Amino acid sequence: MNAVLDSPDLFLKAFGYTVFLFLVSGVISVVLGTLLVAMRVGPVAILSRAATVYITVVRNTPLVIIFLFFQLGAPKVFQTLRFSWVDIHIGPYDFTSFFTAAVVALSLYTSCFVCEALRAGINAVPLGQAEAARAIGLPFSGVMRQVVLPQAFRAAVPPLASTLIALLKNTSVAGVFGVIEAAAQMKSFTNDFASERTGIFIMFALGYVVLVEIVSAVATVLERRWRIA
Amino acid sequence: MAAGVLFDSPGPATRARHRTYGIVTVVALVVLVGWVLWRLNETGQFEYDKWEPFLTPAYIRAILVDGLVVTLQMAFSAIIGAVVFGLVFGIGKLSDHGILRWPCWLVVEFFRAVPVILLIVFCFYAVFGGMNPLSSRTYWAVVLALTLYNGAVLAEVFRAGINAVPKGQAEAAYAIGMRKYQVMTLILLPQAVKIMIPAIISQMIVALKDTSLGYVVAGLGLTRVAKSIYPQFQNHVPTIIVIAAIYIAVNLLLTWLATWVQKRFVGEKDVLQVSMVGEQTAEAAPIPGAARTD
Repeated sequence: MNAVLDSPDLFLKAFGYTVFLFLVSGVISVVLGTLLVAMRVGPVAILSRAATVYITVVRNTPLVIIFLFFQLGAPKVFQTLRFSWVDIHIGPYDFTSFFTAAVVALSLYTSCFVCEALRAGINAVPLGQAEAARAIGLPFSGVMRQVVLPQAFRAAVPPLASTLIALLKNTSVAGVFGVIEAAAQMKSFTNDFASERTGIFIMFALGYVVLVEIVSAVATVLERRWRIA
Repeated sequence: MAAGVLFDSPGPATRARHRTYGIVTVVALVVLVGWVLWRLNETGQFEYDKWEPFLTPAYIRAILVDGLVVTLQMAFSAIIGAVVFGLVFGIGKLSDHGILRWPCWLVVEFFRAVPVILLIVFCFYAVFGGMNPLSSRTYWAVVLALTLYNGAVLAEVFRAGINAVPKGQAEAAYAIGMRKYQVMTLILLPQAVKIMIPAIISQMIVALKDTSLGYVVAGLGLTRVAKSIYPQFQNHVPTIIVIAAIYIAVNLLLTWLATWVQKRFVGEKDVLQVSMVGEQTAEAAPIPGAARTD
């Protein structure tokens, strides 16, 4: 535990990377997931089929394998997917190819679960809403954009939050693939200070618990505020 | 809501438009897939040398025995442990005594919030630090970590399952003079188990996927085998494709099993799920109307 308390900067910087990974991939996966759910419930049968196949494949693949793919596989086939063109430095944080590959893997993986969460939300919108929207002559895009999705997003807050919490915990996989975020930092502390392993584990675990509780609290507040009467 | 209510049944003009969209999609997908295949071919990913290990009996055997079987063993051991852990803490959380309920709540919430990787690292270095050989040390670290995590999730599932049994059942049992443990073991659990089994199988899929997280320490099972194949043959892409395909096949099999059990023994369409947030956490009904899924 002293090991962590003696170098709080390392501890905080590591969790900084965790938060960055979470925020960037969170936004991307919500956008991608929304696109996927539109394809999935839309009237074009082939788009819907394609989305289903994509989701089935990605959801059933372990995240580690997806990370491996973007670390070792994809760069051999596509130059761009080396992500060597990404080199951003903000303050003490370096966002390089490792960070980008992690964001891509996390976003692709999470977007499937976001899609499923939103679909659960769409299913929770009463049938009459869509029927009424159609009755006043809205096209599919209007039905979705103006009537169903705004309600679906509200109903989807709890499952969406569960998905995002899972994403937050999954950012730890990036630690295995070159990003020095909390899990990687914890492993390096664990290696360096053999006598303090339990304390180190508890400190880092509590860091995650705090982050999870924050996301969960935000979701609970949003859910209450947006609840459909 | 069935997808069908989101749009009117298409007329001739819309059908033509959808056909156009369909054709554009097909063309775009064909171009995309074709381009990927062309790049794969261009970079020599289809060369026989790269696929040779997956056609060689010795390697196939290694993939299946050292890979798949070990992975399944880890997932299965973890799920067995998780069911025990989940039963103890799930029932503990339902206890009438605060002194029992609160510690159980704390343990469950803690292990639900901590990433599995952290647990694996901790188990590997601190709990099983002195264990030999390396493979069994990794094995038990992964199994213990997955037991704790999945056990915490299952504890919530069990609690929800027990709460889902109609109230009258417990009331009737108390009325004919049963004791608390009799009500639990004779009335509530037998009925709840039925609802829980599909959820346990679904959790098995999670556990199976998470066994790959052993990669953070020494790695074991399918990921370990992959790790030893591609340095030899420089065939990262084919190896990843093959390993991913095995995971997908096994997971689809488990998904199908969960759905079948659900239909055969439970009857309701949706597998019991618990949310991480909101007050309705672990109430049995997940989302109103969810049962109407297409």
